[in-house]
Amino acid sequence: MNAMAKIISGWLCTGLLMIGGIDVSAARSQTEVLDENQAPGRTMAQQATKERQIWITADHSRHEILQKEFTSGPEVTKACLSCHELAAGQFHKTIHWTWLDPNVPPGERIGKAGHSINNFCINLNSNEPRCTSCHAGYGWRDGSFNFKDEAAVDCLVCHEQTGTYKKFPTGAGHPVQEPTIFAENNQTYNPPDWNLVAQSVGRPTRANCGTCHFYGGGDDGVKHGDLDSSLAQPNKMLDVHMGLDGQDFDCVRCHTTTLHNIAGRTYATPAATHRKSLIEDDLAAKIMCESCHSSTPHKPGVKANDHTDKVACQSCHIPEFARVNATKMYWDWSTAGNKKDGKPYKEKGPHGKPTYDTKKGDFRWEKDVQPAYFWFNGSINAITARDPIDPSQPVDINWPVGSRSDQNARIFPFKVHEGRQPYDKINKTLLIPKLFGPKGSGAYWAEYDWKKALENGMQAAGLSFSGEYDFAETRYIFPITHMVAPKEKAVTCIECHSPNGRLAALTDFYMPGRDSFRAINIIGWVLVLGTLVGVTFHGLGRAIVRGRKED
Amino acid sequence: MSGQKMVNTYLYTRYERFWHWLQTVLILILLLTGFEVDGLYSLLGYKTASEVHNFVGLAWLIAFAFFVFWLLTTGEWKQYVPTTKKMFAVIHYYMLGIFRGDPHPVPKRKEAKHNPLQRIAYLSVAAFLLPIQMTSGFLYWSYNSWAAWGLDWLSLPVIAAIHILGAFGVLSFLIGHVYMTTTGHTIFAHIRAMITGWEEIQEGVELEDWEKRRRQGSPASACEPQSPLA
Repeated sequence: MNAMAKIISGWLCTGLLMIGGIDVSAARSQTEVLDENQAPGRTMAQQATKERQIWITADHSRHEILQKEFTSGPEVTKACLSCHELAAGQFHKTIHWTWLDPNVPPGERIGKAGHSINNFCINLNSNEPRCTSCHAGYGWRDGSFNFKDEAAVDCLVCHEQTGTYKKFPTGAGHPVQEPTIFAENNQTYNPPDWNLVAQSVGRPTRANCGTCHFYGGGDDGVKHGDLDSSLAQPNKMLDVHMGLDGQDFDCVRCHTTTLHNIAGRTYATPAATHRKSLIEDDLAAKIMCESCHSSTPHKPGVKANDHTDKVACQSCHIPEFARVNATKMYWDWSTAGNKKDGKPYKEKGPHGKPTYDTKKGDFRWEKDVQPAYFWFNGSINAITARDPIDPSQPVDINWPVGSRSDQNARIFPFKVHEGRQPYDKINKTLLIPKLFGPKGSGAYWAEYDWKKALENGMQAAGLSFSGEYDFAETRYIFPITHMVAPKEKAVTCIECHSPNGRLAALTDFYMPGRDSFRAINIIGWVLVLGTLVGVTFHGLGRAIVRGRKED
Repeated sequence: MSGQKMVNTYLYTRYERFWHWLQTVLILILLLTGFEVDGLYSLLGYKTASEVHNFVGLAWLIAFAFFVFWLLTTGEWKQYVPTTKKMFAVIHYYMLGIFRGDPHPVPKRKEAKHNPLQRIAYLSVAAFLLPIQMTSGFLYWSYNSWAAWGLDWLSLPVIAAIHILGAFGVLSFLIGHVYMTTTGHTIFAHIRAMITGWEEIQEGVELEDWEKRRRQGSPASACEPQSPLA
């Protein structure tokens, strides 16, 4: 096909050149940009990103207001806002601030700050000071936090560029005032040099986003599987766009931002509702592969171009996730609470990761994980701590929306995190435990009493708890979209087009190489073998008769 | 057979032989790659197998169009017109006569290369089985364009099933066809004819009326000046 197309186009070009007398030098200058052996989608993306010089018109180290003495984060924020008056107001409207799905009414309480559940540390309510060390704000200690306070926005965590600014893990978003050791990881946290960090501000880099997003779930690579500290300084093998030896993309290269609102999926809202390339809309968010690569990125005539309507780029181009660091695949809360000599303990297993923790139960970590594949239209639905569950079988806490018949749905790779977590035996809902807090607060990690922890957690969330609990099996999914491998590492045809391949579980459509028709095969082989047997006997008959005649 | 004199006759023109062997190669490649794509075995690898299958399938489609053109312009299509005359004699010959050494009831002539059984078999293959394979194969290949062509009521598994069933049909025909080539006066006589164009056929067999590929209203001699029998 390809060769034929080339020959035909070659003739056409020659013909045009002869007929029209097109300037040959103009044609040559174009070939310098366009390598004809390169996939057009690659060329397009290179052109879309070739202007890499970022220009800046302000030097924050010379701003007087950033040279005064600071003793806390909010003081720095006020200084920022003295010039960037609208920044806090913009940021207050984003999910990074509210931790609630911005696309549903706040009353529905969809989001981390609401009643949404996962099967990691389950929910924020009653655990604020620990969880909100990843809030881009200061002082979210409990339900009384003032979300209207402009000075409570933490500009630095996203914008400072020294790498020295660290929020204390249990500080409700504040850094420490004095050098402090965090017992959990034995690391010393130092108070920031406020002037240094304030004067260093710039566009967010991988390190800024990674501060929280690489460590979701409380440690490196716990949650996503395609986001962990290995992406801070990746090579091209790990991520072909972000690799320092390649394009060196920052997160914001694709997660483009308008008024502090960063492009990406939020709960049931897809990252992009229309599949548009920059050719169709040059101001569109660059959040999709197709934004830069178009929907037919491969060389003309390559079958993969036909697949883009039903198969997401990620499905073939991210063959495995967690390729450098392991990610957590299983978390059983029901075994938490065991002690050695009356003391909590941890056990380390493969990949240097804990397999047991008295506070949290049993874990399983995996590396180089092959994703699970589901139909996905960009929307993820989820239950909350209010929704009824059927604990007799694994509970899907969230699930990708889409099906074979959904025009917008494509086959997409996912990490599936399984676990066992507390549920209410009477109310048949998942439960929110109070995990973090001092002794006497009822926190599980202080007192190891599930009943108390669940009572406190549910009360803080404003939900009812019958007092009877058990542990239910649950599943939680994450779409896999980072760690895009170089094209040589892409999933090959046979890995799906075979009976026990990657798509063996997606049985709602016919796929050549994977599916066969039993009845047709039986009829077919009876026909073929019947013919074979028929001609064999006929031939034998002739041979015997001829032999007799010759005798 | 031994009592009859054999005459070396030019039966198959250069184009016919070329087409026959080209189609043989194409069909063998299509069967080989097609059954691999269907998951029967692993030989070239799925990707290569499907790419080769698509390319060869399309090439076959184009080449077949030339064959149809040749059939129509040369009038050779008349060799494929089915008949029941002597059909039972031919069936009887292959079931019994061949074992007794009887002469073929409808020996080949240049003007009538196909006996009634061949006529019906080749017509079924060329006018029915192969077009079904080509149509279902083309639709299979153009799956992504169905919506644009208003064909989205088609079902891929149905098309695939027809195509696979057809492939078994073609394979079955191939086996029977290859075997039948051995039933000439020597084992390789028919194959030699399809390579060189020349076959030894019985002398002095009159063409019967129904076998004559004479155009209506024109004398046979105008069509076939070199045939002394017309």
